[in-house]
Amino acid sequence: MDFNLSQEHLMLRDLYRKFAENEVKPLAEEVDEEERFPMETVKKLARYGFMGIPFPTKYGGAGGDILAYAMAVEELSKCCATTGVIVSAHTSLCCAPIFENGTEEQKMKYLPALLSGEKIGAFGLTEPGAGTDAAGQQTTAVLEGDHYVLNGTKIFITNAGYASVYIIFAMTDKAAGTKGISAFIVEKDFPGFSVGKKEKKMGIRGSATCELIMENCIVPKENLLGKEGKGFAIAMKTLDGGRIGIASQALGIGEGAVEETIKYVQERKQFGKRLSQMQNTQFQLADMHTRMKAAQFLVYSAACKKQAYVEAEMAGKKGESYSADAAMAKLFAAEAASDVTRRAVQLYGGYGYTREYPVERMMRDAKITEIYEGTSEVQRMVIAANLGVK
Amino acid sequence: MKVIVCVKQVPDTSGKVAVNPDGTLNRASMQTITNPDDMNAVEAALKLKDETGCKVVVVSMGPPPAMGMLRELLAMGADEGVLISGREFGGSDTYATSQIIAAGINHLGIEKDDIVMCGRQAIDGDTAQVGPQIAEKLHLPQVTYAAKIEKEGDTVTVQRMLEDGYMTVKVQTPCLITCIKELNEPRYMSVGGVYESFKKPIAVFDFNTLKDDPLIDLTTIGLKGSPTNIFKSFTPPPKGVGQMLEGADKATCEGLAETLAAKHII
Amino acid sequence: MAYNSMDLAAFKDVWVFCEQREGKLMPTDFELISEGRKLADELGVKLCGLLLGDNVEGLCKELAGYGADKIVLCESPLLKYYTTDAYAKVICDAIEELKPEVFLIGASTIGRDLGPRCAARLHTGLCADCTHLDVDVPKYLDFLRASSTLDIDSMKFDMEDRNLKMTRPAFGGHLMATIICPRFRPAMATVRPGVMRRAEFDQAKADAVEIVRPEVKLTAEDVHTEVVEVVKAAKKIVDLVGADFIVSVGRGISKNVEQGIKLAEDLAEALGGVVGGSRAVIDNGWLSADHQVGQTGKTVHPKVYIALGISGAIQHKAGMQDSECIIAVNTNESAPIFEIADYGICGDLFKVTPMLTEAIKAQKAKKQ
Repeated sequence: MDFNLSQEHLMLRDLYRKFAENEVKPLAEEVDEEERFPMETVKKLARYGFMGIPFPTKYGGAGGDILAYAMAVEELSKCCATTGVIVSAHTSLCCAPIFENGTEEQKMKYLPALLSGEKIGAFGLTEPGAGTDAAGQQTTAVLEGDHYVLNGTKIFITNAGYASVYIIFAMTDKAAGTKGISAFIVEKDFPGFSVGKKEKKMGIRGSATCELIMENCIVPKENLLGKEGKGFAIAMKTLDGGRIGIASQALGIGEGAVEETIKYVQERKQFGKRLSQMQNTQFQLADMHTRMKAAQFLVYSAACKKQAYVEAEMAGKKGESYSADAAMAKLFAAEAASDVTRRAVQLYGGYGYTREYPVERMMRDAKITEIYEGTSEVQRMVIAANLGVK
Repeated sequence: MKVIVCVKQVPDTSGKVAVNPDGTLNRASMQTITNPDDMNAVEAALKLKDETGCKVVVVSMGPPPAMGMLRELLAMGADEGVLISGREFGGSDTYATSQIIAAGINHLGIEKDDIVMCGRQAIDGDTAQVGPQIAEKLHLPQVTYAAKIEKEGDTVTVQRMLEDGYMTVKVQTPCLITCIKELNEPRYMSVGGVYESFKKPIAVFDFNTLKDDPLIDLTTIGLKGSPTNIFKSFTPPPKGVGQMLEGADKATCEGLAETLAAKHII
Repeated sequence: MAYNSMDLAAFKDVWVFCEQREGKLMPTDFELISEGRKLADELGVKLCGLLLGDNVEGLCKELAGYGADKIVLCESPLLKYYTTDAYAKVICDAIEELKPEVFLIGASTIGRDLGPRCAARLHTGLCADCTHLDVDVPKYLDFLRASSTLDIDSMKFDMEDRNLKMTRPAFGGHLMATIICPRFRPAMATVRPGVMRRAEFDQAKADAVEIVRPEVKLTAEDVHTEVVEVVKAAKKIVDLVGADFIVSVGRGISKNVEQGIKLAEDLAEALGGVVGGSRAVIDNGWLSADHQVGQTGKTVHPKVYIALGISGAIQHKAGMQDSECIIAVNTNESAPIFEIADYGICGDLFKVTPMLTEAIKAQKAKKQ
């Protein structure tokens, strides 16, 4: 086993860090405070190839691997979890399903604009009545000649409003249950498609989370992604990949909190001593760092496993499932991030509870990683099922 | 057309600077970076590449680890790297360094519409001498302290900063320009660029590569060929210990103002 | 006989390049003439000012008044504006003809363009941006005793050494290096503006000026750059170098840049001073480049330097550590700035600065 990063990964880490420190960090507080989508950052992310990291150059991607992508989300999230999830949702939930399930025509039509970051992507699965129970889809798609007609509402959609391309799931055959769900590539300008109300959230407040409304939305037949009835499988596979992105986000949030706390405890004095000189501080930080390091190993390992899967599939072979690895990475990293950020606030004391310092934001941001793209409970279900414990 | 950019890997003196007991710099303990002004030169070259599609070659003289820096510049968009490295080159002052780099540039070849770019000065030595000295050795016209560069055909128009304003200077290619930070904002590497950088060539020019150049003579390069020598290097004595004032409140400020007034400082 | 920069015995006299812009001498010229006078006396040779321009003879007397024995005057319409090619050619021709042993140039943006070009052509050594010059070894040792941590008395020196010892800061002032150029002549140095002391003006010496005019062999074909225009900066330049009071801001104002700068301006106004900034502040575009104090900015030595939210990176210290009194305000008590501060306040600049401004105003009011 080799735990060393390649030269490429080391250079990328350097790039991600510099970019995050200089371009992302200075905006993090404002983006949170004003609940503002950082469009200017997305343009810069696009310029430097962050919006298409793990995809071949043939489609306009950067030609990187899943680990390179995970590290990008990690480093961005250290400074701003909002920015992290924008990249994660775009990459894992929109670009990846098109790349993995699309026809050559669909890929050539959609990927170049998405991977260059000229267009942002999003993913619409969750409905008011279908959250964790994603199979309970109410949105319908009816084939009428050369197009489908979609009707229904999606909620909690990340990047909604700013995204131009959405992967939307709908029932093409209600009677068939999960086997009746199909996936569609929906453009924001298709007739009958609109963005509804924006959620006010506890954390990741700069990310746009909205409703999507489809009222007799006309989707050309050729925008069916994969085969009819394969939507649920596509959704589950997409979420497996997405979990690596969210696990990376959680990892970054927790690591960011550790870094900020280390700086703070070396400055802050109480009882005539620096906080860093107190054993409680030392033990807390030792635990915090250890948890994040363990999370990093799980996340990187899942990323490498997905990479092996992608490479096998591209070579026309059956890839080994990384579903449980992704679930473990997300479960562990999300819970670690929540725990570590909470402890960070505690070490800061009263200041930590104020918006003077970033740790309270990190604590709010961390919570969502235990919820979206599969709650921690869902991850446990996936892991247990993978163990054969039923 | 090509732009040759001369770059130097330097210790990052913005962090802690460690000095050995003998008064020399403890380089091993310090991070290295690409010299900041050189980054502006690289960016200026890449901008010309964006506009004209010209080739950008980055050239550095230094020990083998400077290869990593060249790789980063390739990841920003430069096309080729050249590392000038050799035992014989060690200990060179600015005169000898410029001889060697000029020979390296000769080896690449200078054509009618080429430009050589350098940073104004490096943060370790702060001499600002190597750029003009390379220009002299290559018999190229030079424009230093460039804050704006425009190229039209063979003519380059440069805004050349002065202490109290600037000069606008026109020069024909080939020429050498030294760049300052006001010139531009250097770009980052790009993700795709990192992967491409490993497919781009980095050549190593050693003494053997350059030895036939008339500039290269063991009496004009390296420590022996350097007109200047270090007579003594030393660290300045620490200033008398100041005092940390108690507290940071109104009383502290009033006390300080009173002291300053009593000492007739204000 | 061919010019040979290694024929040390052929070289004599100390020369100072006297930069003029639009017919006006630069203040550094007087500092260098004054310093050159001392070196010429130590060497027992003449001090010559080298003046280039178009119709600038009228400036010779003033230079002589500060100590030049002789002015080497080169005039041509092609020397009206500075161009590297024209100036380097005329200077190198003059040096090859008249062979000075020491050649000093002010380290202005022009001096630092010209110096290296000439040194490379003349095949000699050049030391950049010097802050101290000596010939006599005993004087140099006195300087080392005062300015270094070296144990001078345990070291051996050749007391007869007549090389020009050129001392300059390196690595942002953390190290000092004394450079010599033992095998080639002239020994060349660019000298940092504002460092050397200007002597008293001597009218008698001014009136006794001797002018030498070497032949100027310069044609338009020698000049490969064309000066299209010379523009004085329209915006007000902050005179950091001449200021007695400087209030500088650093990264610590990032929480509220506008307010941070406003507070510094208020304090500077109360003191009758100006506002400066660290590199971070300039790089972030919070203040324009002419405010920058430090290695890549200006070197200042005001009576009082107040550093607000400046951690004290080595480059910054290089530009301000010679201030007579340094006051630092920083939330981080281990910030390196406190190591050189005469008075340190560990606190939030946004809270401390207004209180300090008031306290200083109150003290000043008392004095009136």
